[in-house]
Amino acid sequence: MSELIFEKSRGGRRAFAQAPVEARSLSIPEQFLRDDQPRLPEASELQTVRHYTRLSQKNFSIDTQFYPLGSCTMKYNPRACNALALLPEFAGRHPLGPVSHGQGFLTCMYELQEMLKDVTGMKGVSLTPMAGAQGELAGVAMIKAYHDARGDTERDEIIVPDAAHGTNPATATMCGCTVKEIPTGSDGDVDMDALKAVLGPKTAGIMLTNPSTLGVFERHIKLIAEMVHDAGGLLYYDGANLNAILGKVRPGDMDFDVIHMNLHKTFSTPHGGGGPGSGAVGVNQRLLPFMPIPVVTKREKDGETFFDWAAEDDIPQSIGRLSGFMGNSGVLLRAYVYMRMLGRDGMQRVAEFATLNANYLMVKLRDAGFELAFPERRASHEFIVTLKHEAKDYSLTAMDVAKALLDKNYHAPTTYFPLLVPECLLIEPTETESKETLDNFVAAMIEIVRAAKEDGVQYKEAPYKMPVRRLDDVKAARELNLRYKPE
Amino acid sequence: MNELPGDLLYTNDHEWLRREGDGSVTVGITEHAATSLGDLVYVELPEVGQDVDAGGEMAVVESVKAASDVYAPIAGSIAAVNDDLADDPEKINADPYGDGWIVRMTLSDGLDESELMTPDAYQELLDELDD
Repeated sequence: MSELIFEKSRGGRRAFAQAPVEARSLSIPEQFLRDDQPRLPEASELQTVRHYTRLSQKNFSIDTQFYPLGSCTMKYNPRACNALALLPEFAGRHPLGPVSHGQGFLTCMYELQEMLKDVTGMKGVSLTPMAGAQGELAGVAMIKAYHDARGDTERDEIIVPDAAHGTNPATATMCGCTVKEIPTGSDGDVDMDALKAVLGPKTAGIMLTNPSTLGVFERHIKLIAEMVHDAGGLLYYDGANLNAILGKVRPGDMDFDVIHMNLHKTFSTPHGGGGPGSGAVGVNQRLLPFMPIPVVTKREKDGETFFDWAAEDDIPQSIGRLSGFMGNSGVLLRAYVYMRMLGRDGMQRVAEFATLNANYLMVKLRDAGFELAFPERRASHEFIVTLKHEAKDYSLTAMDVAKALLDKNYHAPTTYFPLLVPECLLIEPTETESKETLDNFVAAMIEIVRAAKEDGVQYKEAPYKMPVRRLDDVKAARELNLRYKPE
Repeated sequence: MNELPGDLLYTNDHEWLRREGDGSVTVGITEHAATSLGDLVYVELPEVGQDVDAGGEMAVVESVKAASDVYAPIAGSIAAVNDDLADDPEKINADPYGDGWIVRMTLSDGLDESELMTPDAYQELLDELDD
């Protein structure tokens, strides 16, 4: 393990770039001033540059390695999106500045709302949620608000398929609902009989991801929508897998009432490290009055059109303000630039190539002897390989293959999710990978299994070549210890 | 996987029941369930005296891979819980049918064995999952 920056610290050492400027006299009341100096590392500029450059070199990243992490859409984020979002006129904008000074930014946000409405088939979009989970929370809160506003207050059950992302049941619970889990059929679609059995006067709604986390498109979606609506419930679309259908199929046309979109994921922000995100939500007509605020709206004054914030006065039944200003505006700007660069046709090519790459990789792996979880189904943008036979016959688990892939310089696919497929790898290549990369990945997978079968290679300690070896995740969970304590 | 104990009854949710002499039952999860979850790191136990419905959630077992509910196989009330699991959840992995027991229940009604699986029937389910 390398030293922490705190261990490199020596009192009085300064990085020129971080040298303190003379403090402006701010009239901060005495009681709010701290008594002692904050504990910050003191290192030279070169030490600091080396420290963080080394750290970044230890990391896997989309800039350096293929990253087929299923469900996460680790695709290339064009540099242009970042460069334009960083223009000083955007980055230096003060959120409390007058609306007349922010018309450029507000125009972009308004157009982003309009483009997202168009690509999803929804009637309204709010950009304010700051993460996918917050978008989910907003979505189910709107469903609750809709039922409550109609005096239909007994509806507190949210239906969630067993293949759902864990955030779905968590969201429903946070909104005060009870989760009704329904199973998946062996073909990967929702079990319709089970759905019928749980629908009733207490049904508030259903949360669906389509394509599902199993990497297949839910074929009964129209019928599901009809059944749920007939029972008085609403449909929530988890936008986690939007990349697969972008511009090809619209959640609004599938009769979803509310959706969230992970703009950081589908629309060009580096993600995966818990950094700033955006869980923009889209709604149909009946949920428009409940949208979270603020939303950007177009107004007219003295014959002039301008853009402005719509807040409590404009949307009085709103579920509330989810961020102080406009969500994470940097993420929103990147999404805006990305969509403008792609255009309508480009957006469809994203979905086409994401799907083509996934199906190509799936067939190559199947032909190489890997067992698919849903062999009779075409993949959407991702698919599942199960290693249950390899685990039983050669003690080669999904985790072993994942760790062995790291030594071959590939980021591991998602392991052990969805839980209903044993020893599974969820593989999502994304649209931005070349055929050569996919072929090389297949070769690596074949070699890992061949070595285990023919040479008896065990990967129980893998990875061997990474800066960090196999972690004892059981010990880490049982004896959690995260805090660095200086001597 | 070891042979299934012949004196237990099983459920679709990979739980087992042992009929104790006094009419109560002991409940745990099967070796298949424990192995599928992987090394357990946390077990949430119900309160003694709590009433549970058949099919209701009564405990949670958590591994580094997943958290999973343990359902009451029959209606009853919790007579005892295996407190040792709080410090040693791995007992479930090491000895799922013995030291890894989870709760003891007294039953509201009698035990309807036709609702549960015999060792042979459960073995068949496991074989199907294996294919």
